[in-house]
Amino acid sequence: MAEPATAHAQHPHNGAGHDHAHHDEGFFKKYLWSTDHKMIGFQYLFTGMLMAIIGGYFAYAFRMQLAYPGASVPGYGAVSPSDYLMLVTNHGTIMIFWVAMPVLIAAFGNFLIPLMIGCDDMVFPRLNRLSYQLFLLSAIVLLISFFVPNGGFSGAWTAYPPLSSQAAYHLTPLGAPLWLLAVALEFVAFLIGGINFVTTVMNSRAPGMTPMRIPMVVWMIVIASILFMASVGPLVAGAVLLLFDQVLGTHVYDPNHGGDPLLWQHLFWFFGHPEVYVVLLPAMGIVAEIITVFARKKLFAYKTVLYTAIATGIISFFVWAHHQFVAGIDPRMANIFTVTTLIISIPIAEMVFVYLATLIGGSIRFTTPMLWALGFLGAFLIGGVTGIFLGSSGSDIYFHDTYFVVAHFHFTFFPIAFIGSFAAITYWFPKMFGRMMNETLGKIHFWGTILPVNGIFLPLFLAGLAGDHRRIYSYMNFPDSAKPFLQDLRIMATISLCVLIAFQFVFLYNFITSLLRGPKASKNPWNANTLEWTAESPPPHGNFAEMPTVHRGPYEYGMPGRDQDFWPQNAAN
Amino acid sequence: MQKPIATTRSMAGLPTGRLAVWWVIASEIVIFGGLLVSYIMHRLGHPEWGGYASHTNTWAGAFNTLVLLSSSLAAVLAHQAAEHGDGKKAASLLRLTCLGGLLFLCVKGFEWSHEIHQGFVLSTNGFWSFYYTAAGLHALHVIAGMIIMLVVSADAAKGRELQRVELIGIYWHFVDIVWIFLFPLLYIAK
Repeated sequence: MAEPATAHAQHPHNGAGHDHAHHDEGFFKKYLWSTDHKMIGFQYLFTGMLMAIIGGYFAYAFRMQLAYPGASVPGYGAVSPSDYLMLVTNHGTIMIFWVAMPVLIAAFGNFLIPLMIGCDDMVFPRLNRLSYQLFLLSAIVLLISFFVPNGGFSGAWTAYPPLSSQAAYHLTPLGAPLWLLAVALEFVAFLIGGINFVTTVMNSRAPGMTPMRIPMVVWMIVIASILFMASVGPLVAGAVLLLFDQVLGTHVYDPNHGGDPLLWQHLFWFFGHPEVYVVLLPAMGIVAEIITVFARKKLFAYKTVLYTAIATGIISFFVWAHHQFVAGIDPRMANIFTVTTLIISIPIAEMVFVYLATLIGGSIRFTTPMLWALGFLGAFLIGGVTGIFLGSSGSDIYFHDTYFVVAHFHFTFFPIAFIGSFAAITYWFPKMFGRMMNETLGKIHFWGTILPVNGIFLPLFLAGLAGDHRRIYSYMNFPDSAKPFLQDLRIMATISLCVLIAFQFVFLYNFITSLLRGPKASKNPWNANTLEWTAESPPPHGNFAEMPTVHRGPYEYGMPGRDQDFWPQNAAN
Repeated sequence: MQKPIATTRSMAGLPTGRLAVWWVIASEIVIFGGLLVSYIMHRLGHPEWGGYASHTNTWAGAFNTLVLLSSSLAAVLAHQAAEHGDGKKAASLLRLTCLGGLLFLCVKGFEWSHEIHQGFVLSTNGFWSFYYTAAGLHALHVIAGMIIMLVVSADAAKGRELQRVELIGIYWHFVDIVWIFLFPLLYIAK
């Protein structure tokens, strides 16, 4: 990592009792066995970026197969039906559990929480290290599962039994248990990390950092961690039972032997739907930080955003069965879950409106992070609005398991996992690595990403409306689906994906060259208020030369009667 | 590794360790909660499971309940000793708690070997799957608690980290309470 050697010499001896011995650690201790929250954040970030490349490669392979069935895919080869199922299954698994979670929550949670609340580390630094190590182990187990005999798990990322519970159906006797083990390990890693986050924010805030002065992104990560903690437990238990079904011959999910396959759907979605908000809320928090800084305005209705986020979290536990409208649930239950699902769109819409109100009348600067933040709102809006159709049981019965669903959740997850992450990376890059990113390349990357995303998923809405079922290997086998119009939509989506992937190299180039040769960043290049910008860029071990005291909220921009249009949280006056 | 300042602050008014233990327990509650609710829903749908449950040894289960609850008394006394700064006494009381856990596991081993000999194994039917999974997960928690307790007592005997005596006690009470739910659900309801 690009911590320049000179930074060590300049690093002021701080009152926290940290001596320079910390900086003489060897490579292993500094980068791989570190207990420093910033380094652990980087570990999560780079692991997540690596997994994103793998997940993107999988998407490329199966989308090429859909556009050009049977053709040999450049860089992959021919995609067999079992390959195809393995690719879609693990694309979904990787993008949600090994990209969105580690980058948005773990990487930025680790990096930002201690800096933003004004302390020197997490309350449990070694537990934090353990959390990453378990996460790394889970990633390795998942990667191994692709290379075992019969290949990786191919029962879809939702792993519905009985397809997922018996090797006779899913045909991957080794891949399936390894996949399940990897997911379970990943859950444990994030449980440990989440407990650490929540405890840190509760107990280790700087003096004066009252609850209503905590930056919104920290609140969002805390709420997300609690949501995760409260929702993942039943699925951990359910995953153990599924593992027993797979390898020990139990029949918990097997209807032929008194089991109940629907039990898994309940356990999975009881976790799975809150999980959407587990990743959405941190992204929303990141956007809140960025739009206030680049609109030079106070966040409109801080408390409303906070209470809205908490309400979203609570309601998210009562919507899960909207994934099961076609699973034979009682229509009266379907009514209830339709209503709760429509209700949950209200707080999210409220948040978007609050952000728009923050922008109105602001002195907006269209920097790269600001473009990403605005792009997030626009793209997520499409995802949110199309969700209304799927949350209503009447229309969902038609749309269920079509590409409409695929397009819908990609319009939610792509903004969350990628647009949100790019916003965060471009915004905090100066603080993380002490150097500025190239704005021109950043803007090229932004437009090269945001336009192709629409090019991928807008056609898929149409394909879904026309009835394209997801998880089909080749539509050429179905005369109704093989029509030229539908195939053109699929080809357009695939070409857009290739364009999208090509533009990611611009990002990688920008990231690496800025890391090595970018202009040095000052302490506070964006003139922001939150505490992380009062530390050195990059912050040394121990973060602050003098532990800060907080005097005001995080969004005091453009206050009348002051020389500067910002007012750092720790400035005495 | 030096202790960060973060570990010494207490904005919420609770010691950090105790706060974290409560969060651990919160996450454990939903794990066991999910498992037990799944079991109860199955149980309601399968009246015949009552017949399978009649093969469990209620007296052994009752004895284990007594053992586990009594061991918690020693954990409470250990906490009291730690409060008074008596690390040696706290350590020996924690080891006594561990003995309770060991006795619990021995009875469990006796029960399970008897049941397995009778042909009731994990894959026999749904009831036995849940029986072994739920009780096994609980037993893993007992074992984990015992290991942590031995580590804590080794420190406490030297007068170090005495606050941890309370923390492992809270966890041990939680393990008790889970058993109080498991015992009627798996042994008494027939």
